[in-house]
Amino acid sequence: MTPIDAKSAPGPWSRMQEKSIEQLHIRLESIVVLLGLITLMTILSPYFFSISNFMNILLATSTIGVLAIAATFVLSSGGLDLSLGSVMGLSGVVGAAFAVNLGMPTPVAVIATVGAGALAGLVNGFVITRGFVPAFIVTLGMLGIARGLALVISDGRVIYGLPEWMLFIGQGRLFGIPMPVIIFIVVALIMHIVLAYTRYGRHTLSIGDNENAARTAGINVEFHRLTLYTLSGGLAGLAGLLFATRINSGDPTAGITYELTAITAAIIGGTNLFGGRGSILGTMIGALIMGVLQNGLNLLAVQSYYQQMAIGGVLVLAVFIDQYQQRQETKV
Amino acid sequence: MSLLRLTGIRKSFGAVSVLHGVDLNIDAGEVVGLIGDNGAGKSTLMKIVTGIYQTDEGSITLEGKSVLDLTPGERRSRGVEMIYQDLALAKQQDVASNIFLGREPVKNVLGVKIVDRARMKQEAQVMIDRLGAKLPSITRPVGSFSGGQQQSVAIARALTFDPKIVIMDEPTAALAVREVQSVLDLIKQLKSQGISVILISHRLNDVLAVTDRIVVLRQGTAAANLVTSQTTMSEIVSAIVGGGDVEKAAAHESRG
Repeated sequence: MTPIDAKSAPGPWSRMQEKSIEQLHIRLESIVVLLGLITLMTILSPYFFSISNFMNILLATSTIGVLAIAATFVLSSGGLDLSLGSVMGLSGVVGAAFAVNLGMPTPVAVIATVGAGALAGLVNGFVITRGFVPAFIVTLGMLGIARGLALVISDGRVIYGLPEWMLFIGQGRLFGIPMPVIIFIVVALIMHIVLAYTRYGRHTLSIGDNENAARTAGINVEFHRLTLYTLSGGLAGLAGLLFATRINSGDPTAGITYELTAITAAIIGGTNLFGGRGSILGTMIGALIMGVLQNGLNLLAVQSYYQQMAIGGVLVLAVFIDQYQQRQETKV
Repeated sequence: MSLLRLTGIRKSFGAVSVLHGVDLNIDAGEVVGLIGDNGAGKSTLMKIVTGIYQTDEGSITLEGKSVLDLTPGERRSRGVEMIYQDLALAKQQDVASNIFLGREPVKNVLGVKIVDRARMKQEAQVMIDRLGAKLPSITRPVGSFSGGQQQSVAIARALTFDPKIVIMDEPTAALAVREVQSVLDLIKQLKSQGISVILISHRLNDVLAVTDRIVVLRQGTAAANLVTSQTTMSEIVSAIVGGGDVEKAAAHESRG
Protein backbone atom coordinates (compact mmCIF):
# COMPACT_ATOMS: atom_id res chain seq x y z
CA MET A 1 0.00 0.00 0.00
CA THR A 2 1.53 3.30 -1.04
CA PRO A 3 -0.37 6.37 0.07
CA ILE A 4 -1.08 8.96 -2.58
CA ASP A 5 1.61 11.60 -2.36
CA ALA A 6 -0.27 14.90 -2.38
CA LYS A 7 2.93 16.89 -2.61
CA SER A 8 4.34 15.29 -5.76
CA ALA A 9 4.70 17.52 -8.82
CA PRO A 10 1.27 18.50 -10.18
CA GLY A 11 0.27 16.11 -12.92
CA PRO A 12 -1.73 17.10 -15.99
CA TRP A 13 -4.97 16.22 -14.19
CA SER A 14 -4.43 18.57 -11.25
CA ARG A 15 -3.19 21.29 -13.59
CA MET A 16 -6.38 20.96 -15.60
CA GLN A 17 -8.32 21.03 -12.33
CA GLU A 18 -6.70 24.29 -11.31
CA LYS A 19 -7.30 25.80 -14.74
CA SER A 20 -10.96 24.85 -14.80
CA ILE A 21 -11.53 26.31 -11.33
CA GLU A 22 -9.51 29.44 -12.06
CA GLN A 23 -11.07 30.22 -15.41
CA LEU A 24 -14.49 28.58 -15.61
CA HIS A 25 -15.17 28.20 -11.90
CA ILE A 26 -16.22 24.57 -12.32
CA ARG A 27 -14.87 21.51 -10.61
CA LEU A 28 -13.55 19.18 -13.25
CA GLU A 29 -14.89 16.12 -11.44
CA SER A 30 -18.49 17.21 -11.93
CA ILE A 31 -18.00 17.39 -15.70
CA VAL A 32 -16.43 13.92 -15.62
CA VAL A 33 -19.40 12.59 -13.64
CA LEU A 34 -21.85 14.15 -16.11
CA LEU A 35 -20.03 12.75 -19.15
CA GLY A 36 -19.71 9.36 -17.44
CA LEU A 37 -23.42 9.34 -16.72
CA ILE A 38 -24.26 10.26 -20.32
CA THR A 39 -21.97 7.49 -21.59
CA LEU A 40 -23.54 4.97 -19.22
CA MET A 41 -27.09 5.89 -20.24
CA THR A 42 -26.14 5.77 -23.92
CA ILE A 43 -24.86 2.22 -23.47
CA LEU A 44 -27.88 1.15 -21.41
CA SER A 45 -30.66 2.70 -23.47
CA PRO A 46 -30.92 2.99 -27.26
CA TYR A 47 -33.32 5.91 -26.91
CA PHE A 48 -31.07 8.09 -24.79
CA PHE A 49 -28.52 9.57 -27.18
CA SER A 50 -30.53 11.84 -29.50
CA ILE A 51 -30.97 15.55 -29.93
CA SER A 52 -34.68 15.38 -29.20
CA ASN A 53 -34.03 13.53 -25.95
CA PHE A 54 -31.37 16.06 -24.94
CA MET A 55 -33.95 18.78 -25.58
CA ASN A 56 -36.31 16.87 -23.29
CA ILE A 57 -33.69 16.81 -20.57
CA LEU A 58 -32.99 20.53 -20.94
CA LEU A 59 -36.69 21.34 -20.97
CA ALA A 60 -37.28 19.29 -17.84
CA THR A 61 -34.26 20.93 -16.21
CA SER A 62 -35.16 24.53 -17.13
CA THR A 63 -37.54 25.31 -14.24
CA ILE A 64 -35.43 23.63 -11.58
CA GLY A 65 -32.34 25.11 -13.21
CA VAL A 66 -33.57 28.68 -12.77
CA LEU A 67 -34.40 27.96 -9.11
CA ALA A 68 -30.98 26.39 -8.69
CA ILE A 69 -29.35 29.63 -9.91
CA ALA A 70 -31.21 31.47 -7.17
CA ALA A 71 -30.18 28.85 -4.62
CA THR A 72 -26.53 29.15 -5.67
CA PHE A 73 -26.45 32.92 -5.16
CA VAL A 74 -28.08 32.75 -1.75
CA LEU A 75 -26.14 29.72 -0.49
CA SER A 76 -22.76 31.04 -1.61
CA SER A 77 -23.46 34.23 0.34
CA GLY A 78 -23.92 32.11 3.46
CA GLY A 79 -27.71 32.41 3.33
CA LEU A 80 -30.59 30.06 2.66
CA ASP A 81 -33.86 30.41 0.75
CA LEU A 82 -36.38 27.71 1.58
CA SER A 83 -39.24 29.64 0.00
CA LEU A 84 -38.11 29.14 -3.62
CA GLY A 85 -40.73 26.52 -4.51
CA SER A 86 -43.62 28.32 -2.81
CA VAL A 87 -42.69 31.68 -4.29
CA MET A 88 -42.52 30.00 -7.70
CA GLY A 89 -46.07 28.66 -7.18
CA LEU A 90 -47.31 32.05 -5.97
CA SER A 91 -45.77 33.85 -8.96
CA GLY A 92 -47.41 31.49 -11.44
CA VAL A 93 -50.80 32.05 -9.81
CA VAL A 94 -50.33 35.84 -9.72
CA GLY A 95 -49.36 35.83 -13.41
CA ALA A 96 -52.34 33.69 -14.35
CA ALA A 97 -54.70 35.83 -12.26
CA PHE A 98 -53.43 38.98 -13.98
CA ALA A 99 -53.75 37.47 -17.44
CA VAL A 100 -56.98 35.47 -17.05
CA ASN A 101 -59.02 36.95 -14.21
CA LEU A 102 -58.02 40.58 -14.76
CA GLY A 103 -57.50 40.26 -18.52
CA MET A 104 -54.22 42.19 -18.47
CA PRO A 105 -52.02 42.19 -21.60
CA THR A 106 -49.16 39.69 -21.68
CA PRO A 107 -46.27 42.09 -20.86
CA VAL A 108 -48.08 43.26 -17.70
CA ALA A 109 -48.82 39.69 -16.66
CA VAL A 110 -45.20 38.70 -17.25
CA ILE A 111 -43.89 41.60 -15.19
CA ALA A 112 -46.43 40.80 -12.46
CA THR A 113 -45.26 37.17 -12.35
CA VAL A 114 -41.59 37.99 -11.94
CA GLY A 115 -42.41 41.03 -9.79
CA ALA A 116 -44.48 38.96 -7.34
CA GLY A 117 -41.48 36.72 -6.81
CA ALA A 118 -39.09 39.63 -6.40
CA LEU A 119 -41.45 41.26 -3.91
CA ALA A 120 -41.61 38.09 -1.82
CA GLY A 121 -37.80 37.95 -1.94
CA LEU A 122 -37.56 41.62 -0.92
CA VAL A 123 -39.75 40.90 2.10
CA ASN A 124 -37.49 37.94 2.99
CA GLY A 125 -34.41 40.08 2.66
CA PHE A 126 -35.88 42.95 4.60
CA VAL A 127 -36.86 40.82 7.60
CA ILE A 128 -33.52 38.97 7.54
CA THR A 129 -31.30 42.07 7.33
CA ARG A 130 -33.36 44.59 9.32
CA GLY A 131 -35.19 42.31 11.71
CA PHE A 132 -32.17 40.08 12.42
CA VAL A 133 -34.29 36.95 12.12
CA PRO A 134 -32.30 33.95 10.80
CA ALA A 135 -32.75 33.25 7.09
CA PHE A 136 -33.84 29.69 7.84
CA ILE A 137 -36.81 30.94 9.89
CA VAL A 138 -37.78 33.82 7.61
CA THR A 139 -37.76 31.76 4.42
CA LEU A 140 -39.44 28.84 6.17
CA GLY A 141 -42.18 31.27 7.15
CA MET A 142 -42.35 32.57 3.59
CA LEU A 143 -42.64 28.96 2.38
CA GLY A 144 -45.95 28.78 4.23
CA ILE A 145 -47.09 32.34 3.56
CA ALA A 146 -46.47 32.27 -0.20
CA ARG A 147 -48.12 28.87 -0.60
CA GLY A 148 -51.13 29.99 1.41
CA LEU A 149 -51.39 33.23 -0.53
CA ALA A 150 -51.29 31.31 -3.81
CA LEU A 151 -54.22 29.20 -2.60
CA VAL A 152 -56.11 32.30 -1.42
CA ILE A 153 -55.65 34.17 -4.71
CA SER A 154 -56.66 31.17 -6.82
CA ASP A 155 -59.35 30.07 -4.38
CA GLY A 156 -57.58 26.72 -4.29
CA ARG A 157 -58.23 26.07 -7.95
CA VAL A 158 -55.98 25.95 -11.00
CA ILE A 159 -56.36 29.07 -13.20
CA TYR A 160 -56.57 27.81 -16.81
CA GLY A 161 -56.34 29.37 -20.21
CA LEU A 162 -53.41 31.78 -20.53
CA PRO A 163 -53.30 34.11 -23.56
CA GLU A 164 -51.47 32.90 -26.62
CA TRP A 165 -48.49 35.23 -26.34
CA MET A 166 -47.84 34.08 -22.82
CA LEU A 167 -47.97 30.46 -23.88
CA PHE A 168 -45.21 31.20 -26.38
CA ILE A 169 -42.84 31.62 -23.42
CA GLY A 170 -43.50 28.10 -22.19
CA GLN A 171 -44.45 26.22 -25.31
CA GLY A 172 -42.97 28.16 -28.23
CA ARG A 173 -39.82 27.32 -30.10
CA LEU A 174 -37.10 29.43 -31.64
CA PHE A 175 -34.98 27.69 -34.31
CA GLY A 176 -36.48 24.45 -33.06
CA ILE A 177 -35.30 25.03 -29.50
CA PRO A 178 -38.00 25.28 -26.81
CA MET A 179 -38.28 28.80 -25.38
CA PRO A 180 -37.84 27.73 -21.71
CA VAL A 181 -34.51 26.15 -22.67
CA ILE A 182 -33.38 29.35 -24.40
CA ILE A 183 -34.45 31.53 -21.47
CA PHE A 184 -32.84 29.17 -18.99
CA ILE A 185 -29.49 29.08 -20.83
CA VAL A 186 -29.39 32.85 -21.40
CA VAL A 187 -30.21 33.57 -17.75
CA ALA A 188 -27.66 31.00 -16.60
CA LEU A 189 -24.89 32.53 -18.72
CA ILE A 190 -25.68 36.05 -17.53
CA MET A 191 -25.83 34.98 -13.90
CA HIS A 192 -22.61 33.01 -14.30
CA ILE A 193 -20.83 36.15 -15.45
CA VAL A 194 -22.37 38.13 -12.58
CA LEU A 195 -21.29 35.63 -9.92
CA ALA A 196 -17.86 34.76 -11.26
CA TYR A 197 -16.59 37.95 -12.84
CA THR A 198 -18.27 41.04 -11.39
CA ARG A 199 -17.65 42.83 -8.13
CA TYR A 200 -21.23 42.02 -7.08
CA GLY A 201 -20.50 38.30 -7.45
CA ARG A 202 -17.10 38.46 -5.78
CA HIS A 203 -18.64 40.32 -2.85
CA THR A 204 -21.38 37.70 -2.63
CA LEU A 205 -18.77 34.98 -2.18
CA SER A 206 -16.72 37.07 0.26
CA ILE A 207 -19.75 37.70 2.46
CA GLY A 208 -20.46 33.98 2.52
CA ASP A 209 -16.83 33.25 3.28
CA ASN A 210 -16.23 35.71 6.10
CA GLU A 211 -18.91 38.25 6.82
CA ASN A 212 -16.66 40.24 9.15
CA ALA A 213 -13.86 40.45 6.60
CA ALA A 214 -16.34 41.71 4.02
CA ARG A 215 -17.66 44.30 6.45
CA THR A 216 -14.14 45.40 7.41
CA ALA A 217 -13.38 45.77 3.71
CA GLY A 218 -16.20 48.28 3.42
CA ILE A 219 -18.83 46.10 1.76
CA ASN A 220 -22.39 46.98 2.80
CA VAL A 221 -23.25 43.45 3.89
CA GLU A 222 -26.87 44.09 4.88
CA PHE A 223 -27.79 45.87 1.66
CA HIS A 224 -25.99 43.21 -0.38
CA ARG A 225 -27.99 40.48 1.37
CA LEU A 226 -31.21 42.38 0.71
CA THR A 227 -30.47 42.48 -3.02
CA LEU A 228 -29.56 38.77 -3.00
CA TYR A 229 -32.89 37.68 -1.53
CA THR A 230 -34.73 39.97 -3.93
CA LEU A 231 -32.79 38.44 -6.82
CA SER A 232 -33.58 34.98 -5.50
CA GLY A 233 -37.30 35.80 -5.34
CA GLY A 234 -37.21 37.32 -8.83
CA LEU A 235 -35.62 34.16 -10.23
CA ALA A 236 -38.27 32.07 -8.45
CA GLY A 237 -40.81 34.31 -10.20
CA LEU A 238 -39.16 33.59 -13.53
CA ALA A 239 -39.27 29.86 -12.79
CA GLY A 240 -42.97 30.28 -11.99
CA LEU A 241 -43.48 32.01 -15.32
CA LEU A 242 -41.71 29.22 -17.23
CA PHE A 243 -43.71 26.55 -15.42
CA ALA A 244 -47.14 28.21 -15.66
CA THR A 245 -46.79 29.01 -19.34
CA ARG A 246 -45.60 25.48 -20.08
CA ILE A 247 -48.62 23.84 -18.44
CA ASN A 248 -50.97 26.66 -19.55
CA SER A 249 -52.21 27.39 -16.04
CA GLY A 250 -51.45 28.98 -12.72
CA ASP A 251 -51.33 26.04 -10.32
CA PRO A 252 -51.24 27.01 -6.62
CA THR A 253 -49.56 23.70 -5.79
CA ALA A 254 -46.77 24.14 -8.35
CA GLY A 255 -43.22 23.85 -7.08
CA ILE A 256 -43.82 21.96 -3.84
CA THR A 257 -40.41 20.75 -2.53
CA TYR A 258 -38.68 22.29 -5.56
CA GLU A 259 -36.52 24.36 -3.20
CA LEU A 260 -34.90 21.17 -1.96
CA THR A 261 -34.25 19.92 -5.50
CA ALA A 262 -32.75 23.32 -6.39
CA ILE A 263 -30.48 23.27 -3.34
CA THR A 264 -29.48 19.70 -4.22
CA ALA A 265 -28.49 20.76 -7.74
CA ALA A 266 -26.45 23.67 -6.39
CA ILE A 267 -24.59 21.46 -3.94
CA ILE A 268 -23.91 18.67 -6.44
CA GLY A 269 -22.47 21.45 -8.60
CA GLY A 270 -19.96 22.38 -5.90
CA THR A 271 -21.69 25.17 -3.99
CA ASN A 272 -20.66 25.30 -0.34
CA LEU A 273 -23.78 24.97 1.82
CA PHE A 274 -22.17 27.31 4.34
CA GLY A 275 -21.13 29.96 1.85
CA GLY A 276 -17.98 31.23 0.19
CA ARG A 277 -17.96 28.99 -2.83
CA GLY A 278 -20.31 28.51 -5.74
CA SER A 279 -20.59 28.94 -9.48
CA ILE A 280 -23.55 28.96 -11.82
CA LEU A 281 -21.89 26.74 -14.44
CA GLY A 282 -21.17 24.26 -11.66
CA THR A 283 -24.80 24.38 -10.58
CA MET A 284 -25.91 23.87 -14.20
CA ILE A 285 -23.78 20.74 -14.34
CA GLY A 286 -25.32 19.65 -11.05
CA ALA A 287 -28.83 20.23 -12.41
CA LEU A 288 -27.96 18.36 -15.61
CA ILE A 289 -26.54 15.43 -13.65
CA MET A 290 -29.91 15.15 -11.92
CA GLY A 291 -31.79 15.67 -15.20
CA VAL A 292 -29.78 13.01 -17.03
CA LEU A 293 -30.16 10.59 -14.15
CA GLN A 294 -33.92 11.07 -14.02
CA ASN A 295 -34.38 10.92 -17.80
CA GLY A 296 -32.14 7.89 -18.18
CA LEU A 297 -33.86 5.98 -15.39
CA ASN A 298 -37.22 6.86 -16.95
CA LEU A 299 -36.09 5.47 -20.29
CA LEU A 300 -34.90 2.33 -18.51
CA ALA A 301 -38.39 2.07 -16.97
CA VAL A 302 -37.03 2.27 -13.43
CA GLN A 303 -39.72 3.07 -10.87
CA SER A 304 -39.68 6.71 -9.78
CA TYR A 305 -39.19 5.64 -6.17
CA TYR A 306 -35.75 4.40 -7.09
CA GLN A 307 -35.04 7.66 -8.90
CA GLN A 308 -35.50 9.60 -5.69
CA MET A 309 -33.10 7.23 -3.98
CA ALA A 310 -30.54 7.65 -6.75
CA ILE A 311 -30.62 11.46 -6.53
CA GLY A 312 -30.34 11.37 -2.76
CA GLY A 313 -27.34 9.08 -3.09
CA VAL A 314 -25.67 11.34 -5.67
CA LEU A 315 -26.09 14.33 -3.33
CA VAL A 316 -24.34 12.62 -0.44
CA LEU A 317 -21.67 11.20 -2.74
CA ALA A 318 -20.92 14.63 -4.25
CA VAL A 319 -20.43 16.23 -0.85
CA PHE A 320 -18.36 13.26 0.30
CA ILE A 321 -15.97 13.61 -2.66
CA ASP A 322 -15.74 17.35 -2.08
CA GLN A 323 -14.95 16.97 1.62
CA TYR A 324 -12.44 14.22 0.89
CA GLN A 325 -10.58 16.44 -1.56
CA GLN A 326 -10.56 19.41 0.78
CA ARG A 327 -9.02 17.24 3.46
CA GLN A 328 -6.36 16.09 1.01
CA GLU A 329 -5.61 19.66 -0.04
CA THR A 330 -5.17 20.99 3.47
CA LYS A 331 -3.08 18.04 4.63
CA VAL A 332 0.40 19.26 5.54
CA MET B 1 9.53 63.25 14.22
CA SER B 2 6.21 62.46 15.79
CA LEU B 3 3.75 60.65 13.55
CA LEU B 4 0.95 59.71 15.91
CA ARG B 5 0.43 61.42 19.23
CA LEU B 6 -2.21 60.55 21.83
CA THR B 7 -2.60 62.79 24.87
CA GLY B 8 -4.83 62.34 27.89
CA ILE B 9 -7.06 59.66 26.34
CA ARG B 10 -9.95 58.73 28.62
CA LYS B 11 -12.69 56.24 27.94
CA SER B 12 -15.41 54.65 29.97
CA PHE B 13 -18.25 52.36 29.01
CA GLY B 14 -21.15 53.25 31.24
CA ALA B 15 -19.91 52.90 34.79
CA VAL B 16 -16.78 50.99 33.74
CA SER B 17 -13.79 53.25 33.30
CA VAL B 18 -11.22 51.61 31.02
CA LEU B 19 -8.68 54.30 30.17
CA HIS B 20 -7.84 57.18 32.43
CA GLY B 21 -5.47 59.53 30.73
CA VAL B 22 -3.18 57.64 28.35
CA ASP B 23 -0.34 59.41 26.56
CA LEU B 24 1.38 57.72 23.65
CA ASN B 25 3.72 58.99 20.99
CA ILE B 26 4.86 57.10 17.89
CA ASP B 27 7.58 58.43 15.61
CA ALA B 28 7.71 57.80 11.90
CA GLY B 29 9.29 54.45 11.12
CA GLU B 30 9.26 53.42 14.76
CA VAL B 31 8.17 49.99 15.99
CA VAL B 32 6.47 50.26 19.37
CA GLY B 33 5.34 47.30 21.44
CA LEU B 34 2.11 47.85 23.33
CA ILE B 35 1.85 45.36 26.13
CA GLY B 36 -0.13 44.83 29.28
CA ASP B 37 -2.23 42.30 31.07
CA ASN B 38 -5.70 41.27 29.92
CA GLY B 39 -8.12 44.12 30.53
CA ALA B 40 -5.39 46.76 30.67
CA GLY B 41 -7.11 48.62 27.84
CA LYS B 42 -4.87 47.81 24.84
CA SER B 43 -7.68 46.94 22.45
CA THR B 44 -9.83 49.86 23.58
CA LEU B 45 -6.93 52.25 23.03
CA MET B 46 -6.30 50.92 19.53
CA LYS B 47 -9.97 51.08 18.63
CA ILE B 48 -9.88 54.72 19.66
CA VAL B 49 -6.93 55.25 17.32
CA THR B 50 -8.68 53.60 14.38
CA GLY B 51 -11.90 55.46 15.12
CA ILE B 52 -14.14 52.55 16.00
CA TYR B 53 -14.59 54.09 19.47
CA GLN B 54 -14.74 57.81 20.23
CA THR B 55 -12.55 59.01 23.04
CA ASP B 56 -14.28 60.76 25.97
CA GLU B 57 -11.39 63.14 26.52
CA GLY B 58 -7.96 63.84 25.08
CA SER B 59 -6.54 64.41 21.63
CA ILE B 60 -5.20 62.30 18.76
CA THR B 61 -3.04 63.85 16.10
CA LEU B 62 -1.60 62.25 12.99
CA GLU B 63 1.29 64.23 11.51
CA GLY B 64 0.28 67.16 13.68
CA LYS B 65 -3.35 67.24 12.56
CA SER B 66 -6.24 66.14 14.73
CA VAL B 67 -8.09 63.06 13.51
CA LEU B 68 -10.76 63.07 16.23
CA ASP B 69 -13.55 64.10 13.86
CA LEU B 70 -12.68 61.52 11.21
CA THR B 71 -14.54 58.26 10.60
CA PRO B 72 -12.64 54.93 10.56
CA GLY B 73 -12.66 55.02 6.76
CA GLU B 74 -11.22 58.52 6.63
CA ARG B 75 -8.52 57.66 9.15
CA ARG B 76 -7.63 54.67 7.04
CA SER B 77 -7.21 56.84 3.98
CA ARG B 78 -4.93 59.10 6.08
CA GLY B 79 -2.74 56.06 6.68
CA VAL B 80 -3.94 54.33 9.85
CA GLU B 81 -4.23 50.61 9.18
CA MET B 82 -5.17 47.86 11.62
CA ILE B 83 -4.61 44.11 11.23
CA TYR B 84 -6.94 42.20 13.52
CA GLN B 85 -6.03 38.99 15.26
CA ASP B 86 -8.50 36.98 13.17
CA LEU B 87 -6.91 38.65 10.09
CA ALA B 88 -10.32 39.23 8.48
CA LEU B 89 -9.47 37.00 5.52
CA ALA B 90 -11.97 35.23 3.28
CA LYS B 91 -10.45 31.78 3.61
CA GLN B 92 -11.93 30.19 0.49
CA GLN B 93 -10.81 33.01 -1.79
CA ASP B 94 -7.33 33.34 -3.22
CA VAL B 95 -4.60 35.81 -2.31
CA ALA B 96 -5.47 38.40 -4.93
CA SER B 97 -9.17 38.38 -4.02
CA ASN B 98 -8.30 38.95 -0.36
CA ILE B 99 -5.82 41.74 -0.99
CA PHE B 100 -8.34 43.60 -3.15
CA LEU B 101 -11.43 42.63 -1.14
CA GLY B 102 -14.05 45.34 -1.44
CA ARG B 103 -12.14 47.41 -4.03
CA GLU B 104 -11.51 45.03 -6.91
CA PRO B 105 -10.19 46.76 -10.03
CA VAL B 106 -12.62 46.48 -12.96
CA LYS B 107 -12.32 46.69 -16.72
CA ASN B 108 -15.06 47.41 -19.19
CA VAL B 109 -16.04 44.48 -21.41
CA LEU B 110 -18.91 45.28 -23.79
CA GLY B 111 -20.36 47.74 -21.29
CA VAL B 112 -20.16 45.30 -18.39
CA LYS B 113 -17.75 45.99 -15.56
CA ILE B 114 -15.72 42.81 -15.18
CA VAL B 115 -13.27 42.29 -12.33
CA ASP B 116 -9.77 42.61 -13.77
CA ARG B 117 -8.26 39.35 -12.52
CA ALA B 118 -5.02 39.73 -14.44
CA ARG B 119 -4.33 43.12 -12.91
CA MET B 120 -5.36 41.92 -9.45
CA LYS B 121 -3.00 38.96 -9.61
CA GLN B 122 -0.15 41.06 -10.96
CA GLU B 123 -0.50 43.78 -8.31
CA ALA B 124 -0.96 41.19 -5.57
CA GLN B 125 2.29 39.56 -6.66
CA VAL B 126 4.04 42.94 -6.53
CA MET B 127 2.85 43.45 -2.95
CA ILE B 128 3.93 39.96 -1.91
CA ASP B 129 7.34 40.50 -3.49
CA ARG B 130 7.71 43.91 -1.86
CA LEU B 131 7.17 42.19 1.50
CA GLY B 132 9.53 39.39 0.60
CA ALA B 133 6.88 36.92 1.79
CA LYS B 134 6.96 33.34 0.61
CA LEU B 135 3.61 31.91 -0.50
CA PRO B 136 2.94 28.58 -2.24
CA SER B 137 0.72 30.13 -4.92
CA ILE B 138 -1.29 33.30 -5.14
CA THR B 139 -4.15 31.54 -6.90
CA ARG B 140 -4.86 29.12 -4.05
CA PRO B 141 -7.41 29.73 -1.32
CA VAL B 142 -5.70 31.39 1.66
CA GLY B 143 -7.36 28.88 3.98
CA SER B 144 -4.93 26.27 2.69
CA PHE B 145 -1.98 28.39 3.88
CA SER B 146 -0.21 28.19 7.21
CA GLY B 147 -0.90 30.81 9.88
CA GLY B 148 2.25 32.76 9.06
CA GLN B 149 1.46 32.77 5.36
CA GLN B 150 -2.05 34.03 6.11
CA GLN B 151 -0.49 36.76 8.22
CA SER B 152 1.65 37.75 5.21
CA VAL B 153 -1.49 38.08 3.10
CA ALA B 154 -3.12 40.31 5.72
CA ILE B 155 0.01 42.48 5.90
CA ALA B 156 0.22 42.66 2.10
CA ARG B 157 -3.38 43.84 2.03
CA ALA B 158 -2.59 46.50 4.62
CA LEU B 159 0.34 47.64 2.45
CA THR B 160 -1.91 48.29 -0.54
CA PHE B 161 -3.56 51.08 1.45
CA ASP B 162 -0.16 52.80 1.59
CA PRO B 163 -0.28 53.10 5.37
CA LYS B 164 1.84 55.37 7.55
CA ILE B 165 1.20 53.26 10.60
CA VAL B 166 0.13 49.65 10.94
CA ILE B 167 -1.38 48.36 14.18
CA MET B 168 -0.98 44.60 14.59
CA ASP B 169 -3.03 42.74 17.17
CA GLU B 170 -1.24 39.59 18.40
CA PRO B 171 0.24 38.67 15.00
CA THR B 172 2.35 35.85 16.42
CA ALA B 173 -0.05 34.44 19.01
CA ALA B 174 -1.39 31.56 16.92
CA LEU B 175 1.74 30.70 14.98
CA ALA B 176 4.08 27.74 14.98
CA VAL B 177 7.48 28.55 16.43
CA ARG B 178 9.26 28.37 13.09
CA GLU B 179 6.80 30.84 11.61
CA VAL B 180 7.15 33.52 14.23
CA GLN B 181 10.50 34.65 12.87
CA SER B 182 9.12 35.22 9.38
CA VAL B 183 6.39 37.47 10.75
CA LEU B 184 8.94 39.39 12.80
CA ASP B 185 10.95 39.80 9.59
CA LEU B 186 7.85 41.23 7.92
CA ILE B 187 7.56 43.80 10.71
CA LYS B 188 11.21 44.79 10.17
CA GLN B 189 10.45 45.01 6.48
CA LEU B 190 7.62 47.49 7.18
CA LYS B 191 9.95 49.55 9.36
CA SER B 192 12.61 49.62 6.66
CA GLN B 193 10.02 51.14 4.34
CA GLY B 194 9.40 53.96 6.80
CA ILE B 195 6.12 52.57 8.11
CA SER B 196 5.47 52.77 11.86
CA VAL B 197 4.17 49.69 13.62
CA ILE B 198 2.30 49.29 16.89
CA LEU B 199 2.70 45.70 17.97
CA ILE B 200 0.20 44.39 20.51
CA SER B 201 1.51 41.13 21.89
CA HIS B 202 1.63 38.88 24.90
CA ARG B 203 4.79 37.23 23.62
CA LEU B 204 7.42 39.36 25.31
CA ASN B 205 10.29 37.68 23.49
CA ASP B 206 8.84 38.77 20.16
CA VAL B 207 8.29 42.29 21.45
CA LEU B 208 11.88 42.46 22.70
CA ALA B 209 13.20 41.11 19.41
CA VAL B 210 11.56 43.53 17.04
CA THR B 211 10.55 46.79 18.74
CA ASP B 212 12.38 50.08 19.32
CA ARG B 213 10.31 51.01 22.31
CA ILE B 214 7.88 49.28 24.66
CA VAL B 215 4.86 50.94 26.24
CA VAL B 216 3.27 49.10 29.13
CA LEU B 217 -0.40 49.72 29.76
CA ARG B 218 -1.61 49.00 33.26
CA GLN B 219 -4.99 49.75 34.78
CA GLY B 220 -5.86 52.23 32.12
CA THR B 221 -2.68 54.29 32.07
CA ALA B 222 0.68 54.09 30.33
CA ALA B 223 2.61 52.72 33.29
CA ALA B 224 6.01 52.52 31.62
CA ASN B 225 7.74 53.71 28.49
CA LEU B 226 10.91 51.71 27.94
CA VAL B 227 13.59 51.82 25.28
CA THR B 228 13.89 48.22 24.13
CA SER B 229 17.67 48.16 23.87
CA GLN B 230 18.04 49.40 27.44
CA THR B 231 15.46 47.27 29.21
CA THR B 232 15.22 43.75 30.52
CA MET B 233 12.55 41.11 30.67
CA SER B 234 12.20 41.48 34.44
CA GLU B 235 11.73 45.24 34.18
CA ILE B 236 8.93 44.70 31.66
CA VAL B 237 7.24 42.00 33.69
CA SER B 238 7.25 44.08 36.85
CA ALA B 239 5.79 47.00 34.87
CA ILE B 240 3.00 44.74 33.62
CA VAL B 241 2.03 43.25 36.95
CA GLY B 242 2.55 46.47 38.86
CA GLY B 243 5.38 45.60 41.20
CA GLY B 244 3.34 45.93 44.39
CA ASP B 245 1.66 49.15 43.34
CA VAL B 246 -1.39 48.37 45.44
CA GLU B 247 -2.76 51.88 45.76
CA LYS B 248 -3.12 52.42 42.02
CA ALA B 249 -4.72 49.02 41.58
CA ALA B 250 -7.22 49.83 44.28
CA ALA B 251 -7.98 53.19 42.68
CA HIS B 252 -8.55 51.48 39.31
CA GLU B 253 -10.88 48.95 40.82
CA SER B 254 -12.83 51.57 42.71
CA ARG B 255 -13.36 53.52 39.50
CA GLY B 256 -15.07 50.55 38.03
